[in-house]
Amino acid sequence: MNAKSSANAAALPSSRLEALKAAVVALTLGFGLVWLAGFAYPESVHDAAHDTRHALSFPCH
Amino acid sequence: MIARVLTTGLIAGLVAGLAVAALQHFTTTPLILASEVYEAAQHAHDGGEASAALSGLSRTAATSAATIAVSIGYALILLAAMLFSGDAIAPRRAALWGACAFAATGLATSLGLAPQLPGMAETDLAVRQIWWLATALSTGAGLFALLRLDSTAAKIAGVVLIVAPHFFAPQPATPESTAPAELAARFAAASLAVQAISWALAGALAGLVWRLQSRQQELS
Repeated sequence: MNAKSSANAAALPSSRLEALKAAVVALTLGFGLVWLAGFAYPESVHDAAHDTRHALSFPCH
Repeated sequence: MIARVLTTGLIAGLVAGLAVAALQHFTTTPLILASEVYEAAQHAHDGGEASAALSGLSRTAATSAATIAVSIGYALILLAAMLFSGDAIAPRRAALWGACAFAATGLATSLGLAPQLPGMAETDLAVRQIWWLATALSTGAGLFALLRLDSTAAKIAGVVLIVAPHFFAPQPATPESTAPAELAARFAAASLAVQAISWALAGALAGLVWRLQSRQQELS
């Protein structure tokens, strides 16, 4: 961890804070999409994403 | 900033997803369809019934939509990683992040869980999903520690994070697959290649779209 990211939020320049906020939003949405397409259990989601799950080596049955 | 990140992820993921969906159509999907013929024959022999929920064009459309969703997800995850680590977002660097992500979600996980065709012997799904996720996250963190942190302690921790998950890999199922071994081998290789291309393309395009947006902002 570098000195920049270990400093507390108040000491961060506003552009860095802005970037971190955007990163959290992007990470949440990104994981959400991968979870939905690759892991979610509902049968309709599984059936639609079935070939993609196998093709991209997500665990599937 | 948030709007720009989301727009970049959306455009890059959409384009990458369409390209990967086309690639799947000619590489992995034919192998899946072939394996289902063997699976259905086995079910018929056992007196049961097996049929895919979707077929034809609707199946292709659903697969493409799912692939696009995954690609947008990959692009957003890579953008988030570059923003967190304070990297400049550019095509080459983003593609390298994609390559590392593939090492985490593709190479590391396939050591414990080989990519599978339908009809292959399998163990409990939840256990496999948990191990897959834990291994991908642990390997990703380990690679970051190895490649980006300078202290010896961090590098040792990185190696531990990469190696440790493999001591907990799910027990492989007794081999009793209905799919012929040749199909399964071709599928495992094709699946890894398609996944590598997905990550690299999502990264490179995210870097490219980001750069194009920067130029546009400078001009306006």
